Amino acid sequence: MNPAPLVALVGNPNAGKSALFNALTGARQKVGNYPGVTVERHSGRMALPDGRPVELVDLPGTYSLDPSSPDERVTRDVVMGKQQGERLPDALIVVIDASNLDNHLRFALQLIQLGLPIVIALNMVDLAERDGLTLDVAVLEAELGVPVVPTVAVRKRGLDDLRARLADAVRSGALKVRPGGGVQHDIVVLQRRARQIATAATVSETAVRRWTHRLDAVALHPIAGPALLLGLLFVMFQAVFSWAKPPQDAIEIGFGWLQQLAVTGLPAGFLRDFLTQGILAGVGAVIVFLPQILILFAFILVLEASGYMVRAAFLMDRLMATVGLSGRAFIPLLSSFACAVPGIMATRTIDDEKDRLTTILIAPLMTCSARWPVYTLVIAAMIPDTRLLPLVHLQGLVMFALLLIGVIGAYGVALVLRRTVTRGVSSGFMMEMPKYQWPRLSDVVLGLWQRAWIFLKRAGTTIALTVALLWVLASYPIAPAGVKQSEYSIAGHIASGIEVVVKPIGFNHDIALALLPAMAAREAAVAAIGTVYAVDNPDDDAGQAKVVDQLRHRWSLATALAFLMWFVFAPQCISTIAVTRRETNGWKWPLFMVGYLFSLAYIAAGATYWTAVAFGL
Amino acid sequence: MNAPSRLSLPRPLASLAHAQRGRVAAVDWQRLTAPEARRLRELGLDEGVEVELVRKPGWLGGPMACRIGRMTVALRRHVAQAIHIAPAG
Repeated sequence: MNPAPLVALVGNPNAGKSALFNALTGARQKVGNYPGVTVERHSGRMALPDGRPVELVDLPGTYSLDPSSPDERVTRDVVMGKQQGERLPDALIVVIDASNLDNHLRFALQLIQLGLPIVIALNMVDLAERDGLTLDVAVLEAELGVPVVPTVAVRKRGLDDLRARLADAVRSGALKVRPGGGVQHDIVVLQRRARQIATAATVSETAVRRWTHRLDAVALHPIAGPALLLGLLFVMFQAVFSWAKPPQDAIEIGFGWLQQLAVTGLPAGFLRDFLTQGILAGVGAVIVFLPQILILFAFILVLEASGYMVRAAFLMDRLMATVGLSGRAFIPLLSSFACAVPGIMATRTIDDEKDRLTTILIAPLMTCSARWPVYTLVIAAMIPDTRLLPLVHLQGLVMFALLLIGVIGAYGVALVLRRTVTRGVSSGFMMEMPKYQWPRLSDVVLGLWQRAWIFLKRAGTTIALTVALLWVLASYPIAPAGVKQSEYSIAGHIASGIEVVVKPIGFNHDIALALLPAMAAREAAVAAIGTVYAVDNPDDDAGQAKVVDQLRHRWSLATALAFLMWFVFAPQCISTIAVTRRETNGWKWPLFMVGYLFSLAYIAAGATYWTAVAFGL
Repeated sequence: MNAPSRLSLPRPLASLAHAQRGRVAAVDWQRLTAPEARRLRELGLDEGVEVELVRKPGWLGGPMACRIGRMTVALRRHVAQAIHIAPAG
């Protein structure tokens, strides 16, 4: 049987392509990657009115068939049938913004010249009407020579009509020719033609003061704008820590209950200890951070979908320009506060190669959520909860300082990199600012679900395996009486080797042991510290309170501060290294990243330790 | 509007007042790199197009925003300096 016909969604950025994709496919979506490049491939299934299934792919938004970023290159290659791992589409749905015809028709004209069957979705017609714009669809169809369907993707309007016209287009696809020749690449010529058509199709146009203008008067204001951005960031980080508390408590109770269940339900022995002390304690220590990650991503998704994120990039551009980056880098860097992996993937929208590379290299310095468990545990154990001012506690201040050190470090590193290894002319900042719109709840929920799934999968595989392996290595061989289990075991011997290197910067044997599993994922360090104390005190139940207690006995304040500083810089995350290798197509840059970050971590932790010791801590 | 003829000479985009409109009289494409020139054209900016200033460059030299047709676009100062405007008649 032939595979289902392939239909590609193409269009300018901000045409509402993804909303249309979500409306047409619902939740039946798959996210993959194009081979060789790291551009995400979003595909889904939909049915035509006659019941035939169609595979729909959502191509990255672009302005023309002359690409300037890896994302845009994929779009060109797919519609020209040159993309590896993708067949030539049987038809295209070209999405254009009804209130921005001048611009969007230009790309549509180029696509029509390819010769593939095409249906045009004249999207967001409701917003165009609200803006006082009346269009004549029949004129558009006559001028363009292809079917045009008015749609409102977010309200699911016009979708039946679109499906019907698509069915006709796919049927006519028997005459499929491989496109390539005869496409006009001169923007000026295309633009002139696009304007003619837009003018012909515009029945009436009244100037209305749009919401976008009013909001921009505030959001881009030289004083009110930055104040609003700072306020939003403050609320965001506040929410991450305060709103997440109740669900986090619930997760902890849940895991405690599971451990209790295992303890009562299983006979004492290897399996029970392995399950409770190893797997459940380790994985639980990580899953507890799911609420925080979801809250942070919810903010980012809403800011992006509403159109505000580009305004934030606008406001940040001046600051970024000082270190040779552009405002565009702000968006991936903000995502990196949740996790550097999606952050690094989000750099694909940066068209300048060197800008992009610099952003990738500094992304791991943003305090990702995997560091929070480490910071929270050590701060809770070692820093007194003194109230300095109303609402300002010493513990919170230390947390904030660590976050800030990461940002300032990233800023400094970018400054140096842009003058050395990624030297080059700054690519500038030229960006379309989309209209503001209400984010759709279902789109945000879908985005959150995809993030949550990635996180849970990681906790269930990488972290569970690492923790399990460590538990076995730390538990055997069993130490004779009077010797510490954490030193006698296999893991203990490996740690003793690491300890030689890290002793000068104040790290003890426990930390050396925790660094190893933390290489797979930072949060595994917390689980590892817990495991060490559990195997040393097998009769205690290794609750969080016990671990805090043990830390106070076994670590000096100087050691704890050095340990925190290490985690600000150290590139301890296999996923980040892997995604960097994928995004930069080779081992050169990930190795460079690991090298410079470990060096910085060693120096920063050492300097902290020596200073703290000098002050008698 | 009966502006004196002196004022209808082309002047840089950044010299427009807030919310003032003008028509692009000339773009000094030589001052722009090839990718900048292409991106600018892709965003719809070309000779003869009407633009409106949304946000002047900040005091510290941040980017500026202008409206091209129904689209709002952010530009850095050096690009804006290559764009010359004649006041809209």
